[in-house]
Amino acid sequence: MKKKPTLAVWKFASCDGCQLNLLNCEDELLAVAQSVDIANFLEASRAVKPGPYDVSLVEGSVTTSHDAQRIQHIRQISKLLITIGACAIAGGIQALRNFKDVNKFISIVYPTPAYISTLAQSTPISAHVKVDFELRGCPINQYQLLEVISALLNKRKANIPKYSVCIECKRRGTICVMVSQGLPCLGPVTQAGCGAICPAYARGCYGCFGPMESPNTTSLSQWFKQEQHITAPEIVRFFRGFNAYAEAFRKESEANEK
Amino acid sequence: MKSKSKTIKVDALARVEGEGGIYIKVKDDRVVDVKLNIFEPPRFFEAFLMGRSYKEVPDIVARICGICPIAYQMSSVHALENAFGVKVEGQLRELRRLFYCGEWIESHVLHVYMLHAPDFLGYEDVLLLAKDYPAVVERALRMKKIGNEIVALMGGRSVHPVSACVGGFYKVPTRKELLALVPDLEWAKEAALETIKLTASFTFPDFEPEYEYVALHHPDEYAFNEGRIVSNKGLDIAINEYNDCFMELHVPHSTSLHSKIKQRDAYSVGPLARFNINFAQLTPLSQQAATEAGLTIPCKNPFKSIIVRSVETLYAIEEALRIINQYQMPDQASVPVKPHAGVGHGCTEAPRGILYHRYRVGDDGLIVEAKIVPPTSQNQRIIERDLWQFVPQMINAPTSELTWKCEQVVRNYDPCISCSCHFLKLHIDKE
Repeated sequence: MKKKPTLAVWKFASCDGCQLNLLNCEDELLAVAQSVDIANFLEASRAVKPGPYDVSLVEGSVTTSHDAQRIQHIRQISKLLITIGACAIAGGIQALRNFKDVNKFISIVYPTPAYISTLAQSTPISAHVKVDFELRGCPINQYQLLEVISALLNKRKANIPKYSVCIECKRRGTICVMVSQGLPCLGPVTQAGCGAICPAYARGCYGCFGPMESPNTTSLSQWFKQEQHITAPEIVRFFRGFNAYAEAFRKESEANEK
Repeated sequence: MKSKSKTIKVDALARVEGEGGIYIKVKDDRVVDVKLNIFEPPRFFEAFLMGRSYKEVPDIVARICGICPIAYQMSSVHALENAFGVKVEGQLRELRRLFYCGEWIESHVLHVYMLHAPDFLGYEDVLLLAKDYPAVVERALRMKKIGNEIVALMGGRSVHPVSACVGGFYKVPTRKELLALVPDLEWAKEAALETIKLTASFTFPDFEPEYEYVALHHPDEYAFNEGRIVSNKGLDIAINEYNDCFMELHVPHSTSLHSKIKQRDAYSVGPLARFNINFAQLTPLSQQAATEAGLTIPCKNPFKSIIVRSVETLYAIEEALRIINQYQMPDQASVPVKPHAGVGHGCTEAPRGILYHRYRVGDDGLIVEAKIVPPTSQNQRIIERDLWQFVPQMINAPTSELTWKCEQVVRNYDPCISCSCHFLKLHIDKE
């Protein structure tokens, strides 16, 4: 019998929501477990098989010096390393510290700052090690996760589109919330994958899948200002969400801060 | 040679949400130190909420926890509505309860079957359990899916749903959409009764410490979003008096602040607290199922929280059915909100216990100050106290058995470490 590929799931600074999406594949979980050997998944099991592993799924961002060392070790024991979610790919919402003085943040939250050891920045996994594939989302979409696992098992390229949320709105038959309701929406510059949920729920996209391939953020900001009379500080906040430190969103927020 | 001292260490606890461990030191057969280590990296939510619009708060705080995002959304919207003097009533209030039912079902079934039951049945995880008991695990997955379906229908997706806002929802479901859930919920009601029978058949250690239980209490319903904060030791306060009665402590071995009642000490929140305080508010069927499962009031054995979670799952299913059957789609998805300067408090019952939020808002609707106290940080002292009291009972057991049992003591609380850091690692040190 052919040996099943081994899978490990790792957590860095994050909310657990992306790896939860693996447990949330209720209809597929037992089938996945038949096809891959879930060798290290601490949220689900106390049984940990030693590496090396064929595939590592990494959730979360690097925010401590201990974690900066841990990711090096994980890279060494993983054949393929796939990052899952906005924290691992762009530093997550906790990367908002990157725009401020982290010591002020510590003293706001913790009465005894000396007990807290943390890095000045929340950084993506790719800032530390080579990443083989990045699966976007805050949280990731479980069907996209299954597609990535299935593609790996069948040695093909995963079908994860890089176009914008707008395409998904059109496909879903959602009337554009920018045009029809005058709502600010990050859909035109955000990568698809969520299924264009927010506009279908009568609100603008807040960019949780991060920037699409070559996004025209400047043009979108102009539209916000001229057509929707949105102020610069609001635009800064808009781009400073769950993918605030993704390059395209970071540059756009900084451009509106001047 | 029998060693008199030992260290029990669990570097990274499994089957909990987030990163933590346990360190227990035993000297001459006496426990001399217990630490629940929380090394979940701090993420500073309270700090970066400052300067954000009140409208952004429910989406941001959801990211504290992927398991219970709705709890964070509900505590925040209630706190902000409290600040602005907004009242959400009628069908919108009912929909918020339904939303919470979805999260309770999904989170409780995840913990009962996938994280906690393997301990009682002697399996390392649910996938190994599934090899011997496929029908049980399939039932669990289907139950969990129904909870997630309620959340996904109302909020677009099961993790970090997008529909909740200050004042109500961005969009509400139609009656037809909700009615489609009824057949599955009717099935789930029977499945929950089976779950209660299954968990009641487990063997429980003899362990009943004395606790102060704290829960939200509402005279007319099993409290989710509104009520008074009540304990079995005489505490009875409004939500906005939370700060007067509770305090947070910072200990070196945890990135999650500990909580205590100012006048006394540690207290317990979560399913046992709610069950012991709010038994009268459960439905007749849930009360009957609990009684038939052998539960009495008060239920002090934290290991039996798995039965109580199963009872609460049944309650949440019944409550979801009640809400859906009476539902009439409201004309407006939300009530108007006019932000102004003020302070607001919110406290709701997350699956793991009370979750308190307080916000100070400026006239421009931007957050000036935020405070968030998650249930797991409130339970940390109790978990450590349980370990102090439990370990002597098993002091002569082999270290591997003792270690597994200690992990179970922690898992009794379904600790959510991602939440509390805003939590966990096991070391038992027998010197």
